[in-house]
Amino acid sequence: MLHIPILRKGNSYKSVDVSRVPHFRTRETFVELSQANAGLIRRDLRDLDSIQAMLAAFTTDRLIAMCRQAADYFMNDTLPVGDESQTPDDYVRQLSATTGMPHVLVRKNMSKISGVMAEMKSVLDGLTRGIDLKILDDGFGTHEGHSVSFFPRTNSLGVILPSNSPGVHSLWIPSIAMKVPLVLKPGSSEPWSPYRIAQALIKAGVPKEAFGYYPADHGGAGAILQSCGRGMFFGDSSTVGKYASDSRVELHGTGYSKVVLGDDVVDDWEKYLDVMVASITENGGRSCINASGVWVTRHGKEIAQAVAERVAKIVPRDAEDPEALLAPFANADIAKRISGIVDSGLRESGATDVSAKVRGERLVEVDGATYLLPTIVHVESPEHPLANREFLFPFASVVEVKPEQMPEAFGPSLVVTAITKDLKLINRLVNSSHVDRLNIGAIPTMKIAWDQPHEGNLFEHLYARRAFQRAMTA
Amino acid sequence: MSLSAEMQAKINAAKERLDAHVREIVEWHFNPETGCEYWLEKAKGYDFDPRKDVKTYEDLDKFPFFEDEDLRGGPVRKWVPKGNAGKPVYVFETGGSTGIPKSRVVSEDHKIDYELFSETLPDEYFPKGADWLMLGPSGPRRLRLAVEHLAQFRGGISFCVDLDPRWVIKLIKMGEMQMMERYKSHVIDQALTILKAHPNIKCMFATPKLLEALCEKVSLKSVGITGVFCGGTEMTPQFHRFAVEELMEGGYFAPTYGNTLMGLATHKVPFDPADNWAIIYYPPAPRAMIEVVDPDEPRKVVGYGETGRVRLTTLTKELFIPRFLERDECEREAPCAAYPWDGVRNVRPFSRFATSVVEGVY
Repeated sequence: MLHIPILRKGNSYKSVDVSRVPHFRTRETFVELSQANAGLIRRDLRDLDSIQAMLAAFTTDRLIAMCRQAADYFMNDTLPVGDESQTPDDYVRQLSATTGMPHVLVRKNMSKISGVMAEMKSVLDGLTRGIDLKILDDGFGTHEGHSVSFFPRTNSLGVILPSNSPGVHSLWIPSIAMKVPLVLKPGSSEPWSPYRIAQALIKAGVPKEAFGYYPADHGGAGAILQSCGRGMFFGDSSTVGKYASDSRVELHGTGYSKVVLGDDVVDDWEKYLDVMVASITENGGRSCINASGVWVTRHGKEIAQAVAERVAKIVPRDAEDPEALLAPFANADIAKRISGIVDSGLRESGATDVSAKVRGERLVEVDGATYLLPTIVHVESPEHPLANREFLFPFASVVEVKPEQMPEAFGPSLVVTAITKDLKLINRLVNSSHVDRLNIGAIPTMKIAWDQPHEGNLFEHLYARRAFQRAMTA
Repeated sequence: MSLSAEMQAKINAAKERLDAHVREIVEWHFNPETGCEYWLEKAKGYDFDPRKDVKTYEDLDKFPFFEDEDLRGGPVRKWVPKGNAGKPVYVFETGGSTGIPKSRVVSEDHKIDYELFSETLPDEYFPKGADWLMLGPSGPRRLRLAVEHLAQFRGGISFCVDLDPRWVIKLIKMGEMQMMERYKSHVIDQALTILKAHPNIKCMFATPKLLEALCEKVSLKSVGITGVFCGGTEMTPQFHRFAVEELMEGGYFAPTYGNTLMGLATHKVPFDPADNWAIIYYPPAPRAMIEVVDPDEPRKVVGYGETGRVRLTTLTKELFIPRFLERDECEREAPCAAYPWDGVRNVRPFSRFATSVVEGVY
């Protein structure tokens, strides 16, 4: 049985307590995962200053070069996984086995992860807004004619990871290039990516001590977030909520991302069908940057119908099928519960499951795997309980809203793609505190640019700027 | 399971001792001259006569399962056996973060239990005459006085901290995790102060979480602690290993399982690497027995190695608790040479209860 150990300052540790992660289809144990007790984690994290010093000994340029090398290792090399070896194909197959994600989507995410490592220079330029990266080595320097000085706020970044999509790992990898050691708690069914990323970076020359990898329960997650000076927490609204007032922890909860058609373009909605469909369905609809809402001022029913017809073509396929776009649920009970929540919302007047006629049953079992088929709901008002919901499958509500209600009615939205030329609406969106990332024009919500950080800026999370003056003579 | 003749003889002798003890205790609690009001009243509703019909441990199955709700509230004197009249009475409480706690009245049981437990502690690591730190709950808990008696019984003095576990549980339920951490720090600060001021402290009791928290601040070896008796909340095999390999620094770690109703179950000795750090406890027979039963048929004991619900039977002259179904589950463990009766392996909260137990630092 394949066993993934804990990494304690880069060293493997096999715990007595293991979690058994099943294959999504057979439900038989596919991999055993060592579980770290909270006390062990806290003990390891008592003093990470020396490890941070090991990273600080490298120049940022050197760490960027290591990341570039690691990108290649991650994509192409055989790397260790526990006591065994893992080829890139093994990684794809293993990740798919425990999460249900089709191989083609795993490979897309793999490219995304590799991309952020390969393009680390661009990523850091975006995060630091173009400062001379030598400033991170020296602690001070000049930017646009002004003296600047930055210092790390922490000796470690603790990251509580999800299982929904490997793409999220691209968000924390830059920490290494910024000389901040990582303490990772992998998602319960996706231990693969953070382990492989760490191994690729270690092979590329990053000190192994810079990686803590602690599969654990909620108590372990709490120990990491408490002990690390800075944290990132991926989870649903209910789990991340208790850290809402903790400024040390950057929260990555539900996205509630949206495609918005302004009143000026909504009559031409058919032109933007591709953007809507891509935003809702790419990556199996499992990302927080997938659109879970299409907000329009008119034509809601027609738009919902057209999108429903398009997404109904997405059907369960074998995990190895290159056309597969839909991921089954590793836990069938979760799929049943989600479908039940949708049904419960539909029982309140003002919402219609438009997909029902073209799709058939929402919850289906195919070859022993449980799927939720893409679902488009037409919602008559923003107040309806289904107007602003997000689920772990291609689901979107087409919500009819009055022009003057935009964007206040949206609520917090990770990504808003606003298709409009209405300068007043654009101005309101730009000034809205609800909108995290804003795309103006027909850009799918899933399209990201490495130099445009969203959901917080990792550099600002890890570094602070101090006032700085230096006399020309000593 | 094939047993040596010597082991089988030990098991048989223990069983005979248990049956004799059962007869003595049942006679005591159901004799109108010596029994307590609670059991004498209960007996009136039974279709059997405990004094005549209970001859063996198995005969205790004639009693209905004990409901610990009966321990909630007063009058607590209904639990005092007439045969113990005139002895000083302590009342120990369990739970109680909300509502009326469950109570147990005691005169000497806690002392007897801990004197028996004392015999299991190696003098090399728990030196006679050494002082103790009690890093556990204060207030109306049996543990606080019991540990103090243990220290005194071994010729030492017990230094205690103030720790209100009910407040900790309230903080957790309120979601005040940062405040809970501050309270934990407050408790650890007290412990550090005591350890610095009193160099004769070599032994301590600690809950698992408080032991971890203390060791984050100080090396046990550097402050002279050579033996730790740990209990109060669930322990996992991984914690057992972590404590022995990383916290104890060569000191002796004695895991225990206990509660106000049972007393103290001690860990299997000697340590066997083949157990892979499993936490294996044996009850203080014949004063208490713990068995592992089928959750759906709790009269039926499961096979060795099988998982089931913990069933407690307490048999002392101060307390009679027949067939109480604990809120724990575990695997049934075979007798061993040191304890020739059934034990339990890896006790943990009963998985069929949906709500998790809030344990906090205690």
